[in-house]
Amino acid sequence: MRNLTLASALALVAAGTLAAGQASARDQIRVVGSSTVYPFTTTVAEQLGKTGGIKTPVVESTGTGGGMKLFCAGVGVNHPDATNASRRMKKGEFEMCQKNGVKDIVEINIGFDGLTVAQSKQGTPIKLTLAQLLLAVAKEVPGPGGKLIPNPNRNWSDIDKSLPNIKIEVLGPPPTSGTRDSFHELLLEKGAEQIPALVSLKKSDPKAFDRVWKTLREDGAYVEAGENDNVIVAKLEANRNAFGVFGFSFLEENSNKLRGVPLDGVVPEFDQITSGKYPGARRMYVYIKKQHVGVVPGIDKFAAEYVSAKALGEDGYLAKKGLVTLPKKELDEVRKSTTGLTPMTAGPLS
Amino acid sequence: MTNAAVRTLPSLDLVSDRAQARVRARYRAETRFKFYGLFAIGLTGLFILVVLTDIVRKGLPAFTQHQFVLSVRLDPAEIDPNNTKDPAAIRQGDFQALVRNALRSIFPDVKDRIGRRQLDNLLSSGAADRLRADVVADPGLIGQTVKVPVLISERADLYYKNFSTRVLRQAGAGTATPSGTSGEIEIALSSDNFAAVRRTRAELTLTENDPSRLIAINGGLVKLTQIGDTKTAGTVLLPLQSDATAAPGAWQVVTFQTPAANRRVNDREVAWFERLRELGHVESKFNWAFFTSGDSREPELAGIRGALVGSAITLFVTLIICLPLGVAAAIYLEEFAPKNRLTEIIEVNINNLAAVPSIVFGLLGLAVFLNFMGLPRSAPLVGGLVLALLVLPTIIIASRAALKAVPPSIKEAALGVGASHQQAIFHHVLPLAMPGIMTGTIIGMAHALGETAPLLLIGMVAFIVEVPTGISDAATVLPVQIYLWSDLPEISFQAKTAAAIMVLLLFLFVMNGAAIAVRKMFERRW
Repeated sequence: MRNLTLASALALVAAGTLAAGQASARDQIRVVGSSTVYPFTTTVAEQLGKTGGIKTPVVESTGTGGGMKLFCAGVGVNHPDATNASRRMKKGEFEMCQKNGVKDIVEINIGFDGLTVAQSKQGTPIKLTLAQLLLAVAKEVPGPGGKLIPNPNRNWSDIDKSLPNIKIEVLGPPPTSGTRDSFHELLLEKGAEQIPALVSLKKSDPKAFDRVWKTLREDGAYVEAGENDNVIVAKLEANRNAFGVFGFSFLEENSNKLRGVPLDGVVPEFDQITSGKYPGARRMYVYIKKQHVGVVPGIDKFAAEYVSAKALGEDGYLAKKGLVTLPKKELDEVRKSTTGLTPMTAGPLS
Repeated sequence: MTNAAVRTLPSLDLVSDRAQARVRARYRAETRFKFYGLFAIGLTGLFILVVLTDIVRKGLPAFTQHQFVLSVRLDPAEIDPNNTKDPAAIRQGDFQALVRNALRSIFPDVKDRIGRRQLDNLLSSGAADRLRADVVADPGLIGQTVKVPVLISERADLYYKNFSTRVLRQAGAGTATPSGTSGEIEIALSSDNFAAVRRTRAELTLTENDPSRLIAINGGLVKLTQIGDTKTAGTVLLPLQSDATAAPGAWQVVTFQTPAANRRVNDREVAWFERLRELGHVESKFNWAFFTSGDSREPELAGIRGALVGSAITLFVTLIICLPLGVAAAIYLEEFAPKNRLTEIIEVNINNLAAVPSIVFGLLGLAVFLNFMGLPRSAPLVGGLVLALLVLPTIIIASRAALKAVPPSIKEAALGVGASHQQAIFHHVLPLAMPGIMTGTIIGMAHALGETAPLLLIGMVAFIVEVPTGISDAATVLPVQIYLWSDLPEISFQAKTAAAIMVLLLFLFVMNGAAIAVRKMFERRW
């Protein structure tokens, strides 16, 4: 027993020295951030590891907000070199970065993520406006006199006579998910703005207006189906009257079983998303710490690989993984600023 | 006492009807209780069975992998133009192109750009890895034509695993006469083969929402777009050898049951898949790569090795830290520590610590090991330290219980013959407590094996391709790998997830088995 104690103490000391040696220099790129961007960045990392002559970068899945915190914590080998984000960096985050010495950040807009509402192919095809979607899932909706009342809609036909007479059942992400944020911001807020009673409410009581599109009903019509989009897909297969909310790549991957619901008359398809017509699309970003270029080997290669034609091009490997790539003109601009490692400014951030 | 002795006992009623009814009621209660117990066990067993069957059913496809066996000509111009035989130069060669050409040579009629790209996409992006390794090991192969198995893409693999469509074949009735051998052709039939499909309509246009109807004739395959009673028209998918009339039974009606709109492979690809299978180019192999490679974003390349090794290293670190520390703490608290307020507070807090949510240990690890001590992120060393903190209370509590269970007579006898306190404990009490300590440790380690939450904060929830080789390499662990795979959109990763769960369960069984063996070795009865 004493020998074992001694051995473990020795091992600890050895580990400590080893680790200290490691911390002073790092030969592996480290990326943190959004789980939505994770499938794409990992693909780039793997390709780079195979062909770029450097160690395969390590990509963590920490969520957009968590990633920003780690990324902006400082400069040096103990801090990550890049972060994935399923939304643009916020002004506050940019300022935090600046305060901690992370001065030069290169922003790469890698493309779009389409947020889709989908149903089983066996179900009755349905078209929704964003207002109808809001009236289906919001906890409170405007009543006859314009006053807010608890959502009385049980069936889709209660919202509009043209919709089928089936129970409202929408499966979607829980509040911890980045997808849930986009669900509120991309679809429900816009939906609320389509309803006249709510528009006047926005003027008289902005707080109540925000509450309408930010609060989902809890009576079983909206079901939190977990972070895992595959779970929602599996449930839609089993229940043909249910609708699911998840990322476009999952719809594409399961296109043999699921059908995208047109929102405001626009079908969730590749072209509709890039043209900006489809309402449920958001941009995804990768941020790179310019100050680490030359300190950790391969960061410039990583940036270049990400925007290269074989990754981000129309037939690139990221498109095959379900990324909706940027239109050509925008892509050229992104490519220019990324390969030139042009740092971003606080100007366009909100 | 004396009181009770003199008190007369009430007469014992054992024979009256009421008494017998009471007895029967007691028996009934016992039977009922047994039934409840059996029911509970049965229900648990049923749930375990359902979960295991589900996992095994979903996971089994991940253990096989289809591959194409192709004859690849190792063209020196592509691999080693200067005839250097230098492994570094050979490794740079475009082996993927060689494999691609080998596949294209099976379908020489595919000349259009889209068709070629579709054909290339049947191959995995790692299709040439095996060939490259072979040639680097033996440069003498250059210039020869070799038969090699090449990895195929996820979609192709899923097709051969019957995820896409059923293919029905039926001998054709009457004769069939094609009007050409490629492009859009008409096929005249002498008898009505499609009456059941057309029902009452004279002519039917097939769309992608209908099951695909095809005619296999003269060594080719034609996809029908129009069917009438004797006249059909369609597109040639695989070229015909001649436009001769085929005799009854010499041609086939082929049906792809799932409509093209409902599957991810189109008719042309299905035609290629079937042709490759007919030519004997497809074989199904046990997927060894699943156990020998690290993570990947391509399902056909992804393996569990990285996570398995990561788990092993992490648990090793956990074990060598928490076993000696835990046992030492338990011995001290149980045998040496004075019984006072302070030790009582310590005891209560150890018990409390065992119930703290695991994420808290992750926060602690982040603050102490990463931010303060500057240890590397994602390293099994830090993971092991955090998990050691997590299981330490469990081990201390279990070890104390085990020490307490050793009869005091053993220690007293040792002290009686002149052993020191420490000798009595280390030579006599501890060996006898070992089985109990082992049980506690294994429960703790099993707990550690299944943890993901504290590892998130120290960076072990990550995509790591390289298999870790030491305690400071970036690594991930089995439950994290399961979590990460379960969230990916590719369908094959669902099977990988279930397969990884099977591996995790096996790991757990092996660990528990080892612990039971050790316990048996130490076990002593008194």
